[in-house]
Amino acid sequence: MSEWLYSDIVKDHFMHPKNVLEDEDSYQADGKGIVGNIRCGDQMLVAIKVKEGRIQDCRWKTYGCASAIASTSILSEYVKGKTLEEAYKVTPQDIVEHLGGLPDHKIHCSVLGDKALRAAIEDYYKRNGLEGKLEKEPAVVICTCMDITDKDIEEAVKKGAKTYEELQNMTKIGTVCGQCKEKSLELLHQYNHLYGE
Amino acid sequence: MNRIYLDYNATTPLHPEVKEEIVKSLDIFGNPSSMHSFGREANERIEKSRKRCADLIGASSREIIFTGGGSESNNTVLKLVGCGEACCCGYFGCRNEVVTSTIEHPSVLETVKTLEKRGVPVHYVRVDSFGKIDMDHLRSVVGEKTALVSIMYANNEIGTIQDIKAITALAHERGALMHTDAVQAVGKLPVNVADLGVDFLSFSGHKLYAPKGVGVLYTRTGSPYCSLIHGGHQEGGRRAGTLNNLGIIALGKACELTGREMTEEVRRLEYLRNKLRDGIEKTISDIRVNGHPTDLLPGTLNVSFYGVEGEAILLYLDMVGISVSTGSACATGSLEPSHVILATGTDSELAHGSIRFSMGFGTTEEEIDRVIRELKPIIERLRKMSTVYGKNRELQGVCAK
Repeated sequence: MSEWLYSDIVKDHFMHPKNVLEDEDSYQADGKGIVGNIRCGDQMLVAIKVKEGRIQDCRWKTYGCASAIASTSILSEYVKGKTLEEAYKVTPQDIVEHLGGLPDHKIHCSVLGDKALRAAIEDYYKRNGLEGKLEKEPAVVICTCMDITDKDIEEAVKKGAKTYEELQNMTKIGTVCGQCKEKSLELLHQYNHLYGE
Repeated sequence: MNRIYLDYNATTPLHPEVKEEIVKSLDIFGNPSSMHSFGREANERIEKSRKRCADLIGASSREIIFTGGGSESNNTVLKLVGCGEACCCGYFGCRNEVVTSTIEHPSVLETVKTLEKRGVPVHYVRVDSFGKIDMDHLRSVVGEKTALVSIMYANNEIGTIQDIKAITALAHERGALMHTDAVQAVGKLPVNVADLGVDFLSFSGHKLYAPKGVGVLYTRTGSPYCSLIHGGHQEGGRRAGTLNNLGIIALGKACELTGREMTEEVRRLEYLRNKLRDGIEKTISDIRVNGHPTDLLPGTLNVSFYGVEGEAILLYLDMVGISVSTGSACATGSLEPSHVILATGTDSELAHGSIRFSMGFGTTEEEIDRVIRELKPIIERLRKMSTVYGKNRELQGVCAK
């Protein structure tokens, strides 16, 4: 029989997910973040415990498909022991790499994990009066389906995105309902003006 | 592991009698258009099959055109509108509009989108929460400009059956022609073109235990017609291409046997479907059964599970050998959940969490019992790891828009 759509690692994390936040009430999270939109088919919650600036434990809940579930599961393993600064920089690419790859049309299912983690870290900073650690201006969500912020667009432009298609390839912005296209084109233009040659 | 196939609406296995017919006919290779004995031998079998197909739907043999399947049949009819050739345009005169519904199969919806690009105005009739055509809306869009009304007989995803007879009467009253995509109905329900009054009807072999790649377009005598595929005189010049002997022979056999077994099979599948529905309702909370409560295909059950996404359910079921399908976006790669379930006004969370169980001749009561047993722990497990089930339901507002 032909192989699954997914890698063995994805399959394993889907069938035997690690670190599911089963009892949210009794779990004393130091930071918690939830991102995504159920209308688009996936939503993730990440809860962390922090000790001496490092992630001691990471638990999660995910509404979504196999790759979304596997992405959060592997993320929860991957970030344990990392400093908050390191964890804050985890990218979707890191997650996909650790999953042994995802089919193209499934990459977008993995981009929420890192965002949920960042939301949890930000929540931790806020709870502990460490807002200074956060970026000066809070990011504004432009694409609610994929949870892409103006900061993400800025980053993509810095990395070379010039056209809307390039921006979409890099961030998956506007790949679901498409309602944010006008706003993101505006920002794309703005950042290209700032950073383009 | 014994596998359980509950995806008969996607495609069916060959019925043993159909398989036997194919094996017996493997040497029928002659080109049915040839005048010699090999050709005549093949032609005789094709014509026998044509008669069987015609009999199943109450048509006459010359009204049956063999095609490459349901999609081709649908394309052929829809593309009559605005084709620009005298044969159709002469008939339609100044009528150039198409009326269809929001829940059609992609082979209809994508085709009418192509027509729109060619300048054909298309009206999409709404359905109610059970997937039934909104007759008031239909009445308001079918008029003196309507060339063709195309409404599916039964929906592939939720199983809702339309009142094609009443819809046809309305179309005819306003001078429009009527097509129905009956791919999910023929072989499963009694379908009679004389009773319905339709001008065109499509059906497909692989939904009724014949192989893929063969279908029928019923065309009422006297209807305007234009070939989609040119280049041969086959099918009375209506569909070029050397006939698919084995596929057509198999389809004829399938029509004969589904017709013969229909009454009993409808009763059996309804029993199994109701048993599955009751079993799920009894063992799993927070579900919604999609589709019409009574005007429903006998072997189709579509259920949405709150708080879980369909692809995850599908894959967990697959791991225990149970094959179903889902309306979730993730499973299709399209990013959009089922257009059918959305069209019934159901919110997208439930569309993402919809699972279709479709049964057929091989489905047994033991299988249904096993599905009910296996499903409960899978749903419970996925709900435990879901953000949108239990205590986080109230958080939805924060995250959605």
